[in-house]
Amino acid sequence: MAAGPNEIPRWVDYLLVPLVNLIVALLLTGLVVIAVGADPWQALTALVQGAVVYPGSVGATLYYATNFIFAGLAVAVAFHAGLFNIGGEGQAYIGGLGVALVCLAFDSWTPWLVVPMAVIAAALFGAAWAYIPAYLQAKRGSHIVITTIMFNFIASALMIYLLVDVLIMPGQQAPRSRDFAPEVWLPTAQEIAAWFGIAIARSPFNLSSLLALFCCGFVWVFIWHTRWGYEIRTVGHSERAACYAGISPSRAIIMAMLVSGALAGFIGFNDILGVHHYLLQGFTGGVGFVGIAVALMGRNHPLGVVLASLLFGALYQGGSELTFDIPQITREMVVVIQGLVILFCGALENMFKPHIVALFRRRQVEAPA
Amino acid sequence: MTAVTESRQTPTATAASAPAVELIGIEKRFGPVRANRDVSVAVARGSIHGIVGENGAGKSTLMSILYGYYQADAGEIRIGGTPLSIRSSHDAIAAGIGMVHQHFMLVDDFSVLENVVLGVEGGALLKDGLGKARAALKELGDTYGLEVDPDALIHDLPVGLQQRVEIIKALYRGAEILILDEPTGVLTPQEADQLFVMLKRFREQGKTVILITHKLREIMAITDRVTVMRQGAVVDTVDTAGTSREQLAETMVGRKVLLRVDKAPANPGAVVLDVAGLGVIDPSGVARVKNVSFQVRAGEIVGVAGVTGNGQTELLEALAGMRPYSGSITLNGKPISCASGQELARAARSARLAHVPEDRRREGLVGPFSAAESSILGYHDDPSYNGPILLDQAKVRNRCQKEMEAFDVRPPNPLLRTAAFSGGNQQKIVLAREMDRDPALLLVGQPTRGVDIGAIEFIHRRLLAMRDAGKAILLVSVELDEILGLADRILVMFDGMIVGEMPRGEATEQKLGLLMAGIAGQG
Repeated sequence: MAAGPNEIPRWVDYLLVPLVNLIVALLLTGLVVIAVGADPWQALTALVQGAVVYPGSVGATLYYATNFIFAGLAVAVAFHAGLFNIGGEGQAYIGGLGVALVCLAFDSWTPWLVVPMAVIAAALFGAAWAYIPAYLQAKRGSHIVITTIMFNFIASALMIYLLVDVLIMPGQQAPRSRDFAPEVWLPTAQEIAAWFGIAIARSPFNLSSLLALFCCGFVWVFIWHTRWGYEIRTVGHSERAACYAGISPSRAIIMAMLVSGALAGFIGFNDILGVHHYLLQGFTGGVGFVGIAVALMGRNHPLGVVLASLLFGALYQGGSELTFDIPQITREMVVVIQGLVILFCGALENMFKPHIVALFRRRQVEAPA
Repeated sequence: MTAVTESRQTPTATAASAPAVELIGIEKRFGPVRANRDVSVAVARGSIHGIVGENGAGKSTLMSILYGYYQADAGEIRIGGTPLSIRSSHDAIAAGIGMVHQHFMLVDDFSVLENVVLGVEGGALLKDGLGKARAALKELGDTYGLEVDPDALIHDLPVGLQQRVEIIKALYRGAEILILDEPTGVLTPQEADQLFVMLKRFREQGKTVILITHKLREIMAITDRVTVMRQGAVVDTVDTAGTSREQLAETMVGRKVLLRVDKAPANPGAVVLDVAGLGVIDPSGVARVKNVSFQVRAGEIVGVAGVTGNGQTELLEALAGMRPYSGSITLNGKPISCASGQELARAARSARLAHVPEDRRREGLVGPFSAAESSILGYHDDPSYNGPILLDQAKVRNRCQKEMEAFDVRPPNPLLRTAAFSGGNQQKIVLAREMDRDPALLLVGQPTRGVDIGAIEFIHRRLLAMRDAGKAILLVSVELDEILGLADRILVMFDGMIVGEMPRGEATEQKLGLLMAGIAGQG
């Protein structure tokens, strides 16, 4: 009988609940749009067109999605160890620093060497930035939510110092580094397509998306098919069980956070080597936080994270087009709309779930067994 | 259906003749599972009515329906002859029903008094409610022998008294019908006897008691009538005087059950476990185990008896490497030592120590894991299913499948979520895992807690078979019957010390009970 009460079909949990959350978020968005005096239907059309119809929009959507995959996986891996890594933002920022340092120092070398080094640097720097909160949590019991948030601020302050005083381009007022040599830039989708004689629209979509897909596979294998993933999940579910099994919780916590930080660091790889080609201030723009919503919506599974990332990618790209198409909807308004979706799909994830689950149980009860 | 509030004013003339509680044709489904099927029970006013059945027989569901946690899909509840719709525990309380849960619902940092008024504080100022409660508490104490210091904090009270507070809570809310769910699980035999005296006093005062238990001894000792449930349905309701333990067990399980497992005399061999001067201090600085020394030999079962919370848990955990300790533990002549960075529990396993933990749900298994994943907990880095990087899930599943078949786990599906198995089957998964690794020493904590009778018999047989195969077994249990049934030698723990040791032949329940209560020391 224990099997009965709490089991609901998987598609309800993985598809229906996120869909209901999304629809409610869109309905509420519609009300907001009406409130500022625009037509919600027109806004939705503009959003969809901006995300997938206009030239280059699909590429831009996929570029955003790439960042969200890294961020979502980072949150998901930490979550499997029972940790809430809010520090993806800072880890991404520092990951970007690693990429920039490698490129600034070695961009005269062949890209076949520099790009892999940049990947490794992104991972190492991101992981190192996650290591300190992980160590404090594992050995000193400092709450990881608090420390990772604080490390976002420290990362931000550190980067301002570095960009203003150390890495700044000579003779420049803006806090940014010099451009890297074009040879080491990651090829964009447009360039890759051009190699095969196909012409597609310009977009920031670049080779790092392959790395994102590789990371999805890696996370899937690491979490579910290795003994280390087993240790992480055991600690995440029950620290008592870990203690019983002789699994060290502190080791699992540090391991999970290192992987999480490395994944977040790849955001810096995508942005710095794939798009900007120089180190700049605040390039992460909140991606690390969206990763939380992505991971929640994707049920901490790589496949779910990919799907949620595509959705959020479309929302980000479509949202930024919205301001151009409909003058009443300002840039701030778009942030409100994005925020609503994140709120419903992330923070309020469990608002409708109990009701939907209850509805399903009742239906099961009525149906003849 | 009549509104709830009318029920308690029902004229006594009808109430006296009608049963206190009548459940008629109760049906309850959870998805495909029929937890209660056409259940009808009548409980006479002023009686003690037992409900027995294995885990999953539907006892708890039935009581949850009576207490308003669930609504029945069909059927009727009558209280004192009046049909009632009980939609929440508020309705149940208003109808004079009180419930004492197996796991106490008390706020640890509150005083007894504060816990009693919780939810019925009455008025804006807490002081008024507390004053009233204080007087009521005194009166209850006098009437039923339920004395408790109203200002004591809950976490300072022994479990027996905490349970008393739960009972007082129910009575303070005007309970005429008291439901007790497995009330003696945490009590010493003597505390249980005190509880029974109280319950008999309730009966004298015309209150009605419904006792849910799996302990047939208690049913025989105290109830007037008993209802036996199996697979959601009532199998039989009989007068207790006209039945026996064996008969009840048979009705419960649906086949003959051996309550006492036959065992051959033990053949103790070499010392396997040697514990000398063991001490455990918990993180808050309290000494839980004090200077404990004993040995366990190959081919014998040593039982550790004691009331919950007298250091047995900590002793077991220290032996299993889950807690730091002082003193020495030697296994087969060698101390358990661990390489740097290795967890002690892992080192203990490498030294062929197996451990069935007391709390299988939180420690021995991981609920959301599949059974296959849970079946390698503690052995997840075994090279037989680990490559340099990958964990071979197929091999893990196959091994789990074999273990499930050998231990008759139902359903034998390694992919099912661990939490979806019943208590007995979960315990079999743990036992199978630990026994399948050919241990030299098996530590077993509460092997049959929350396990149904059919599975208990199976588990006991397996433990004896292990012993006869020359393994050393240390058994910790709060069930005296279990200790008496299995152990060849018995240690009694009280307040962190071993206060008595005797061969099984010399032990009686009486003797052990006194030692467990700390009344009679050794010598």
